[in-house]
Amino acid sequence: MKKILVVDDDPYILMSLEFLMKKNGFDVMIARNGTEALDIINNQSPDLILLDIMMPDVDGYAICKHVKSTKHLKDIVVVFVSAKTKDTDVQKGYKLGASLYISKPFSTRDIVKQVKELLAVGA
Amino acid sequence: MSKIFIAGISLSYLALLFGIAYLVERQKRKGNQIKGTSWIYALSLAVYCTGWTYYGSVGRAVTSGLEFLTIYLGPSIMCALFVPVLQKILRICKTQRINSIADFISTRYGKDFSLGVVVTLCCIVGIIPYIALQLKAISTSFHVITGMEASVAVSFFRDDALFIATIIAIFIIVFGTRSVDASERHEGLIAAIAFESIIKLVAFIAVGVFVTWFLYDGFASLSNEARTKGLYQFFTLNGSHVFSNWATMILVSMLSIVMLPRQFQVSVVENTDERHLQRAVWMFPLYLFVINIFVLPIAMAGTMLLSSSVQPDTYVLSLPIFYHKDALGILVYIGGLSAASSMIIVETIALATMVSNHLFLPMVLSASTFGGKNEKFTQRWVLYSRRLGILFILLLAYLYDHYLTSSASLVSIGLISMAAVAQFTPAVLGGIYWKHATKVAALSSIVAGFSVWFYTLIVPSAVHAGIMSDAIMKFGPWGISWLKPQALFGLTEFDLLAHSFFWSMIVNIGCYVSISMFSRASAQELYQGDLFVNIYRVGGVAEERSVWKRKAQFADVKNLLANFIGKERSVKLLQSYAQRHKIDTSQAEADPRIITFSERILSGVIGSASARFMVSNVAKEEDIRLTEVLSIVRESQQVLELNKELKKKSAELSKATHLLTHANEQLKQMDVLKDEFLYTVTHELRTPLTSIRAMAEILFDTPDMDEDQRQVYLEGIVKEVERLSYLITQVLNLERYESGRQKLHFSSVDISFLVKEVIQSLKPLASEKGVAIEYITPSTMILVQCDSDMIRQVVYNLVSNAIKFSPDTTGLIQIASRIEYDELQVWVADNGRGIPDELHQLIFDKFFQARNQTLQKPTGSGLGLAICKKIVELHQGAIHVENVLPQGAKFVFTLPYS
Repeated sequence: MKKILVVDDDPYILMSLEFLMKKNGFDVMIARNGTEALDIINNQSPDLILLDIMMPDVDGYAICKHVKSTKHLKDIVVVFVSAKTKDTDVQKGYKLGASLYISKPFSTRDIVKQVKELLAVGA
Repeated sequence: MSKIFIAGISLSYLALLFGIAYLVERQKRKGNQIKGTSWIYALSLAVYCTGWTYYGSVGRAVTSGLEFLTIYLGPSIMCALFVPVLQKILRICKTQRINSIADFISTRYGKDFSLGVVVTLCCIVGIIPYIALQLKAISTSFHVITGMEASVAVSFFRDDALFIATIIAIFIIVFGTRSVDASERHEGLIAAIAFESIIKLVAFIAVGVFVTWFLYDGFASLSNEARTKGLYQFFTLNGSHVFSNWATMILVSMLSIVMLPRQFQVSVVENTDERHLQRAVWMFPLYLFVINIFVLPIAMAGTMLLSSSVQPDTYVLSLPIFYHKDALGILVYIGGLSAASSMIIVETIALATMVSNHLFLPMVLSASTFGGKNEKFTQRWVLYSRRLGILFILLLAYLYDHYLTSSASLVSIGLISMAAVAQFTPAVLGGIYWKHATKVAALSSIVAGFSVWFYTLIVPSAVHAGIMSDAIMKFGPWGISWLKPQALFGLTEFDLLAHSFFWSMIVNIGCYVSISMFSRASAQELYQGDLFVNIYRVGGVAEERSVWKRKAQFADVKNLLANFIGKERSVKLLQSYAQRHKIDTSQAEADPRIITFSERILSGVIGSASARFMVSNVAKEEDIRLTEVLSIVRESQQVLELNKELKKKSAELSKATHLLTHANEQLKQMDVLKDEFLYTVTHELRTPLTSIRAMAEILFDTPDMDEDQRQVYLEGIVKEVERLSYLITQVLNLERYESGRQKLHFSSVDISFLVKEVIQSLKPLASEKGVAIEYITPSTMILVQCDSDMIRQVVYNLVSNAIKFSPDTTGLIQIASRIEYDELQVWVADNGRGIPDELHQLIFDKFFQARNQTLQKPTGSGLGLAICKKIVELHQGAIHVENVLPQGAKFVFTLPYS
């Protein structure tokens, strides 16, 4: 079972994504802020991260950077899920090594499909 | 030493001078660059140190102590402080081809004949005794070194002064009148003068060293000896009118380095490059300093060692002879010869140019028989008149020396001459700085000043020499005692020189200023005045702006010029000038600029007044009215004003540009802010929208969800919709406040009641978090005029923020309201983490939270404080935050209270 980490500081979004991923058969972990996220990433190395960008402590970009620059973590698929919709923000996300950048608000069906595709390729 | 031997040495030395002058002239004619011209220039200025300096300083030191220093302090001060004056005079003379001080004054005041004549006559009267003094210095030194008694009567033709004068005359004629152009430089002659400056300095220092270190053991032993012998006059300022004497002599000598014809000649006429002045202004004072170092030692030694029958004026020479140092004696004699002969040479050339250009030539040229002669004839006439001038000057000097000088000491005659030429000062200095000075004023000031000089200095000297009866000194002319020449109007506080200088200058300046103010300048004077005063602005374009619309045939102008400077040279000059200014010379009629240019060239040869006269013979002058000149003169003024105006305009323009750029920048910035605001608003809307959409879709796609979970999702959707609508309301509110469309509904509001209302509504939220709220109720009711809904919102936002930022369970919020002077103060303090100082301003910005993710982010719109600030400002109040101890933030807002 593939492990997915959902990171978001908004409780309802976190709850929704957790529900969606679990419903589609993934092993889901959640983090409500950057610090929690890093902790889980380092200890449990998930296969994919659904990552919010704007968080009070450590932002999503920094987490992505950490993942992609750490040897045993760099294969983790990073998917940004953000309300930041400027071109520059999106470009920055891809530049840091994200596989996908999903803008909020997102379609629940699409996000499930996209996550499945990404994990199928990786497998 | 034998007379023949010394005469031979003198002749050899003069021959050496001839040689130097000849070699340099030859170099120049070959077209070679003469090296070290700036050194030569600086050294040639030392022609200031004449035989008077050389022998007389010591004499003066013996009789008057340190007073001899004054005539060196003056020029040094001038060089140090008045370089711009010298520079301006230099520039004027260069562009106007001025060749003497008389020419300078005459040119300035409308190229006037009479002024040239007057200045020349004054110079002759004032300077001839000075030249005679040099002849006397030479012959005296000759007598001293040959051991002859000066009083031995010699017949007219065996007089050695005549002999010397003749040799010098030949030298000057050979090297001083090679070219008819008097404004042309005499490089050879000046090189010889510079050489003489070195010789006299070396010789004087040699005596000084001999006296100080060979007769005594240095300065200290010499002055100790003098002190023990009671010769205190060398160490003190003595005499009865020390201050006025010093001041007068310093002033007179200051002026003399500009006004003395020989100084004008070397510093202005012979100057080849204005930049040479820069070296001269330090080197000349240095020279004066060095040549004065040994004056006192020699004076002291002479007084102590030589018998009292020896004239102090001859100490310099008598000391080496007394000790039988023949070689040194000869060197000293040569030095003295250098000092005296250089002065005679330069002074004579300068005076001869004046005499020839201002006295002889005008007579010759205006003679009706003169017109239309060939060029050889004219040039020869100019040269003859110049040479005649030289002979005339030297003859006068000789006669003066022969018959009159016996009684006066060396120094006094020099000072008398300096005081004479000082009379030109107002006309010269006024002429270059004051446009409105007139010819009449200059003429009368010089005549008046000079008359006073004559009456107060020459008459007493004549009485002293026994030429006049002393009745005038004792009782005054016709028995009028307040007209006594040494005490005009009963002024007896000054000595002779100071007295004379004082009165002559008062009369002189008084005439100059008052007559200038009450007389009118002619067109020509105005024009020249403008040219002189504004020389740096007018510069070399003198021809271009000339108003003199003269008509002449080109051939006539060409011939006139050729008559004076030769055909070849005149054609060359005219052609290059025409080329430079793109003037068509094929026309029969001459371009007005050509006429003016030719006049300028002629000025260099025969002086400006004569040149103007000659040109007027061939050129018909159109009547020009005063107004035209005035307009030209004003034109330069207008250009200046126009310039100022333009500068002002351009400054205004750049200011406007600056403002515009600034406004543009602001607009851009506002645009950026607006964009940012919109972006932030949509971003803030996205978050609840995302939750709502996700939860709704989940509910839709999961029909089999259990009831409890469904309830959670539905509640979530409702909450997020509320949050969304709250956010939208806030944004709209803020937008309304900022646009100014929101009207305030003022009413009397009981502020305590309002605060309590807010606390009541927030109680549930506070108790949920375990935060206590304290309100310090004011003792009396406070009624404030304000919009109660809006102020309630402010208090609500502040208190709810405080709840959010207070720690759970231990949170304490304190609220207070009070009147301070003319305002209501409300503060809301929490015991949270406080706010970093650097953010105290920023937190009132819209969406500050949203843009600063590193802060602990509580829930909220991010607009609360921005709205508070806007509302308070709409009420003419203010809001700020401060940190409180031990911890927490305190928000304070004020409202006007009456």
